[in-house]
Amino acid sequence: MNEIIEKSHFSEKVVKLTVKAPDIAKARRPGHFVIVRTGDNGERIPLTIADADTASGTITLVVQDIGASTHLICGLEAGESLTDVVGPLGRATDIRNVGTVVCCGGGVGVAPLLPIIKAMKEAGNRVISVLAARNKDLIILEDQVRQWSDEVIIMTDDGSAGTKGLVTDGVETVIRREHVDEVVTIGPAVMMKFVALLTKKYNVPTICSLNTIMVDGTGMCGACRVTVGGKMRFVCVDGPEFDAHQVDFDEMLMRMKAYN
Amino acid sequence: MKDNTDQKTSRDAAWRVELREAITARERTSIPRATMPMLDAAARVHNNEEVNRGLDAVQAVTEATRCLDCPDPQCVTGCPVGIDIPGFIKNIQRGDFAAAASVLRATSALPAVCGRVCPQEKQCESRCLYNKMKKPAVAIGWLERFAADTERLSGRRAPVEKAPRRNIKIAIAGSGPAGLACAGDMIKLGYDVTVFEALHEIGGVLKYGIPEFRLPNAVVDAELDSLRQLGVEFRKDCVIGRTLSYEDLLNEGFRAVFVASGAGLPRFMGIPGENLIGVMSSNEYLTRINLMGAGRGGMTPVCTGRRVAVVGGGNTAMDSVRTARRMGAERAMIVYRRSEAEMPARAEEVAHAKEEGVEFLTLCNPIEYRGDERGHVRSMIVQRMELGEPGPDGRRSPVAIPGATDEIEVDEVIVSVGVSPNPLIPDSIAGLEVSRRGTITVNDDMQSSIPAIFAGGDIVRGGATVILAMGDGRKAAAAIHHYLSTGM
Repeated sequence: MNEIIEKSHFSEKVVKLTVKAPDIAKARRPGHFVIVRTGDNGERIPLTIADADTASGTITLVVQDIGASTHLICGLEAGESLTDVVGPLGRATDIRNVGTVVCCGGGVGVAPLLPIIKAMKEAGNRVISVLAARNKDLIILEDQVRQWSDEVIIMTDDGSAGTKGLVTDGVETVIRREHVDEVVTIGPAVMMKFVALLTKKYNVPTICSLNTIMVDGTGMCGACRVTVGGKMRFVCVDGPEFDAHQVDFDEMLMRMKAYN
Repeated sequence: MKDNTDQKTSRDAAWRVELREAITARERTSIPRATMPMLDAAARVHNNEEVNRGLDAVQAVTEATRCLDCPDPQCVTGCPVGIDIPGFIKNIQRGDFAAAASVLRATSALPAVCGRVCPQEKQCESRCLYNKMKKPAVAIGWLERFAADTERLSGRRAPVEKAPRRNIKIAIAGSGPAGLACAGDMIKLGYDVTVFEALHEIGGVLKYGIPEFRLPNAVVDAELDSLRQLGVEFRKDCVIGRTLSYEDLLNEGFRAVFVASGAGLPRFMGIPGENLIGVMSSNEYLTRINLMGAGRGGMTPVCTGRRVAVVGGGNTAMDSVRTARRMGAERAMIVYRRSEAEMPARAEEVAHAKEEGVEFLTLCNPIEYRGDERGHVRSMIVQRMELGEPGPDGRRSPVAIPGATDEIEVDEVIVSVGVSPNPLIPDSIAGLEVSRRGTITVNDDMQSSIPAIFAGGDIVRGGATVILAMGDGRKAAAAIHHYLSTGM
């Protein structure tokens, strides 16, 4: 169970794992996440499912080495196993043909964005993807994103690939150029906050996918609670996707520092 | 086999008549109730060991002697699973502890657990004849624990009668008390039982919720092992309604499902500052510590405050506040909006908490939390309350005293004001009837609106005790057996 079938590196700190999990592969939809635990003393951490293959019974996880637990996961090799993988959790993305959709992802957020890009395209939408990272080496999954997008815009902080600038610059260019029906954004909380501020200005409906602190991931603990439209919501069972214009990102950013 | 059971349990068995006639009722009733040996309060707040150490054999036999072996024992009517209480107690008195354990096992899958966490003072012991004599009831819970512990420590478990295998598969969603009780009965009835658990540990609230100092994991694990030995299969990391749907279970050949998915979403009060760092649900606090080992070698972190307020007056609140003391809180407080008399927690837990230096701020209701510039909670504003008229549940409802508020310094707040049902399973099964509160609607046989789905425990009750959940599990097992035998 939970054996790592394949491991590859997107960059020094970003790893792609293909994990044997047949039931999850079969049940998952774009937007779902899993809770992963490594070692008998390990933490339970949420990771969004980047892809799945029902034929081989595997799911794909993209993990950035940013803390003790992700460091352990990134250190595992093919043939080794994750101690626990449970899911798929959360609500699946609402995929409809709305017209033109801008999908914007930052850093490893592009991994969970990919299945949404694919599903949006398959649903008949015109899909414009905006991928952003600090530099060229940190842009991941560009080829796969191109395969399912009508247009791809690359933004880097240092201009080493695509256009120099932030993800919001890329999104704004599109919104100013043509009518956009919906924006989907996945990435660091602070990035999603600024995407939401931008699209609110232009009145473009926007979906974000939140990755808060969680323990059980099934609604039991409430660690993942966020304020959306003035109401308390649990990311694990009510989300992870919410109307980005309603999310209190400042509170979420504060709560994410609980254990820093 | 039947004669053997009768010899163990019949009130008319020769040995039992002899025990009754051996000493007079006056002599029996003059024996003082046993006192539970306990860890010293000052020492125990520095460790996580079980507080109640259990009666020794001499104490247990003496306590069992107190039992009058009533012809119409009312204690049994106070037990949600109908344990033959005089039957096991009299076996203790005659020194046949193994027989006492097997009497318990006939009706309870988890006697060592119930002996520790049941609110006996509100159930069996409240009906004991001694109460009428203004004397303390027979310590039924402690005797139950004694018999179960003695059996476990002997390493010899009484053989369980099992019906021939039927080759009919039953799925149970959730491995807490309701699920385990149902599993225990279904496997004895000859069914193939698989228990699915969402977490990475089997045991549900017995593992993530109730702390080691009240219910050691080793006790739970021993009960799980005996279910495994009987043939119950456990599958962890599997969320019914997510990993496997109801249709998947049917496709895998399961003929009935018992949903015992337990308490779900923790409730918050909706007051300002409740999302500050350091304010969390008791579910989160206890899960981090009990299940994940936070602060005890686990990688999972947990906030540890010097001044900890626990909001609520139930057993979970007591578990949380006593855990906080053990995690190093200098000031650990219960903040409760009614008075101590209305507290739903067991009297024993309240007493233990007080011995451990927990402060009780009763008639206090939090109305706001205030934090520092980094978003960490630093104080709470409480509204002083007084008791008004009794509410629909008979408890006097608290009313705010205008203008009477206080600010209390805190650096951690644990909100323990109940839970709402978990929506995962109800949301995933089309046509499953749920109440307005989100609990699964069942008939008297624990059967839902879908005939092959039964449900019990907190997903039906909203929030209850271990023993009521177990009672549901047993009732459901009987009903599932009836349903599969008759198709009704």
